[in-house]
Amino acid sequence: MLGLMRRKLGSGDVPALIGGQVLQRISPATSVLPRFFSSAAKEMTVREALNSALDEEMSADPKVFLMGEEVGEYQGAYKISKGLLEKYGPDRVLDTPITEAGFAGIGVGAAYHGLKPVVEFMTFNFSMQAIDHIINSAAKSNYMSAGQLSVPIVFRGPNGAAAGVGAQHSQCYAAWYAHVPGLKVLSPYSAEDARGLLKAAIRDPDPVVFLENELLYGESFPVSAEVLDSSFCVPIGKAKIEREGKDVTITAFSKMVGFALQAAEILSKEGISAEVINLRSIRPLDRATINASVRKTNRLVTVEEGFPQHGVGAEICMSVVEESFEYLDAPVERIAGADVPMPYAPNLERMAVPQVEDIVRAAKRACYRSVPLAAAA
Amino acid sequence: MAAFSAVKIPPPQFTTVRSSSQRPGSSPAHFAHSPSAFNSISFGSAKSVRSRPLFAVSSDVVSSDKTKPASSSAFIVNCDMIWRSRLVHCLVVAVTREVALELYEDMVLGRAFEDMCAQMYYRGKMFGFVHLYNGQEAVSTGFIKLLNQSDKVVSTYRDHVHALSKGVPSREVMAELFGKATGCCRGQGGSMHMFSAAHNVLGGFAFIGEGIPVATGAAFSAKYHHEVLKQSKPEGLDVTLAFFGDGTCNNGQFFECLNMAQLWKLPIIFVVENNLWAIGMSHLRATSDPEIWKKGPAFGMPGVHVDGMDVLKVREVAQEAIARARRGEGPTLVECETYRFRGHSLADPDELRKPDEKAHYAARDPIIALKKYIIEHGLASESELKSIDKKIDDVVEDAVEFADSSPLPPRTQLLENVFADPKGFGIGPDGKYRCEDPLFTQGTAQV
Repeated sequence: MLGLMRRKLGSGDVPALIGGQVLQRISPATSVLPRFFSSAAKEMTVREALNSALDEEMSADPKVFLMGEEVGEYQGAYKISKGLLEKYGPDRVLDTPITEAGFAGIGVGAAYHGLKPVVEFMTFNFSMQAIDHIINSAAKSNYMSAGQLSVPIVFRGPNGAAAGVGAQHSQCYAAWYAHVPGLKVLSPYSAEDARGLLKAAIRDPDPVVFLENELLYGESFPVSAEVLDSSFCVPIGKAKIEREGKDVTITAFSKMVGFALQAAEILSKEGISAEVINLRSIRPLDRATINASVRKTNRLVTVEEGFPQHGVGAEICMSVVEESFEYLDAPVERIAGADVPMPYAPNLERMAVPQVEDIVRAAKRACYRSVPLAAAA
Repeated sequence: MAAFSAVKIPPPQFTTVRSSSQRPGSSPAHFAHSPSAFNSISFGSAKSVRSRPLFAVSSDVVSSDKTKPASSSAFIVNCDMIWRSRLVHCLVVAVTREVALELYEDMVLGRAFEDMCAQMYYRGKMFGFVHLYNGQEAVSTGFIKLLNQSDKVVSTYRDHVHALSKGVPSREVMAELFGKATGCCRGQGGSMHMFSAAHNVLGGFAFIGEGIPVATGAAFSAKYHHEVLKQSKPEGLDVTLAFFGDGTCNNGQFFECLNMAQLWKLPIIFVVENNLWAIGMSHLRATSDPEIWKKGPAFGMPGVHVDGMDVLKVREVAQEAIARARRGEGPTLVECETYRFRGHSLADPDELRKPDEKAHYAARDPIIALKKYIIEHGLASESELKSIDKKIDDVVEDAVEFADSSPLPPRTQLLENVFADPKGFGIGPDGKYRCEDPLFTQGTAQV
């Protein structure tokens, strides 16, 4: 019995000799504990976070509706929209035919008249079939009509590489959409990000491209009671400092935030204190936070999953050069996916996507520690 | 709605099809004779027989035999006779004087405005891409004059006259074309992007086929407001008109939207302005089956063909289609056979279209035809029509003066209107993040 209790304690910051009942109250939560205990950290997967955000926004505002392939009866291709069809009916949760260009445009036309469509792309690779509408009808309409027609639409779906899905299903579109004025581009990492950003996106009067990540859907994150409140929102355009540090700044978004945090853990054991910034918002980019951090640490590593040329890291580097050049003690290191279409073989795929070791090596290079430049094959 | 099977079209009969005295049920004039037909759907049935376009063949003739006219010169003569006989026999629908004059004035406004645009372009006041609508006025007037203020119009780059017919003041359209701050889009849209929220003109899209899904979405929102938000209107659903050309009918988005509009029974009318040419590409060279109206029944909706150079015929078909949509019976595909008298745009030398084709359609000028009708039926006198012409000339002159004297947009306007947020980036007028305001979403959240 005691052995069991000791195993439960894990991190060891609670004395071992405690009665079983007390232990139960302190251990990380399950649904047994009431929500309003602030000490209780409830865990929530990103999938649940997105589902609850959609549910709450749809119940709060009857103008919000969901449209996409398999969102209704199939409960969502990745089960993000589970239960919504039963709750809101087929008028508000629409299963569409396989016609991305058509239904993205229909979403824009509906948004012109005050409805708030949430258009789901099964993956953002399929959004290329609809990209004309995302950019030409949604992003540019407010400008072309001089403010007469705004488009409060959200385009969401998984972005970036999954596992072994090949070249046509693995591209990251953050740089493509972030290039366009008139769009807001968000990319959550944790459950708190997912919930808060999706709610903010649905309430926003402008077109938002919401880039999720398929591999993050099943991951659990602790969420506070504030996050679970139905009016919880995360501001658009503000990055989050996930981990404070003073030697090197690492910026990342989506899945790479997890890798950056792991890299920061490894670096801390080697005496390098890394500050990890979760961008959350690719457009508008939180240049203020990034620059303030670089002015503090003087070194920068940008991490992204997409192709390197003209990517998010290139923009961050330029922003730092423009605003904080004198503060840089080392060249900016850019970690990105390999400049090739995603291969299929698992070992090649592993090499084509940034791994924790790549981030650690880049941080060390930025700190002028001698490391080999390229990974050994 | 029963599915309509594709109809086998007998070979073209140039002289008999159009005159209803010989075949009473054979043409759109059928509606004129039996008003009760309005309730039953006779569109897309064997009765809508028409002759296929004979021209639209480029100078290097690459066409199959069935598209070649038997003898082109003889045909032109016959067409004149057909036109006159058609006027007398086919248009029996009573059009009141007010309506006739309204239609006349609107078409003359469209024509005069576009002619003035050409003048201004060659004087350098207008620039970029300008696409003129001369010759197609009957389609715009015939359809749009039947709409309410809350009905919506979505168009292509050839959108000046659609905006004018819907009610956007010609001053604002002209100022927009000149790129001035007083334009309907403050100079930020231009010739191809006419938007007016007040008149429900939803653009103005440069990419062909782009407006069709947006129009389908506007129709979707009309249905959503009625069914989900329960904001119904006594006259029925708000109707959306999507205008586009023959070239667009080969585009994927067109078919995607035909499918979804019929699937969800949306209140939309797909109006094809088939002017036989897509820049220099003849419709017959680009399309496997050039009869566009047949694409409607393939998706389960009625497909109608109408003579787009005759505003009264267009108006009749429009009335039926709009009534259907308002009742919630779903979409209609209307193919209007029309012609643009000028080139694709003001930069187009227009060398590929044959002069006799142009002459054939010039003889069917919709304004002249309506004028003849009005005079022959004693609805107004020649001098009254002339005074309308004069009035429109004054309106267009005034629009030019207004546009000329308007200021260019100020430098500060460059970065405005990118987002609907006044300060951008989710910050509301009080300086705080919008999403943090607890009243931000008004609703009944019961979570």
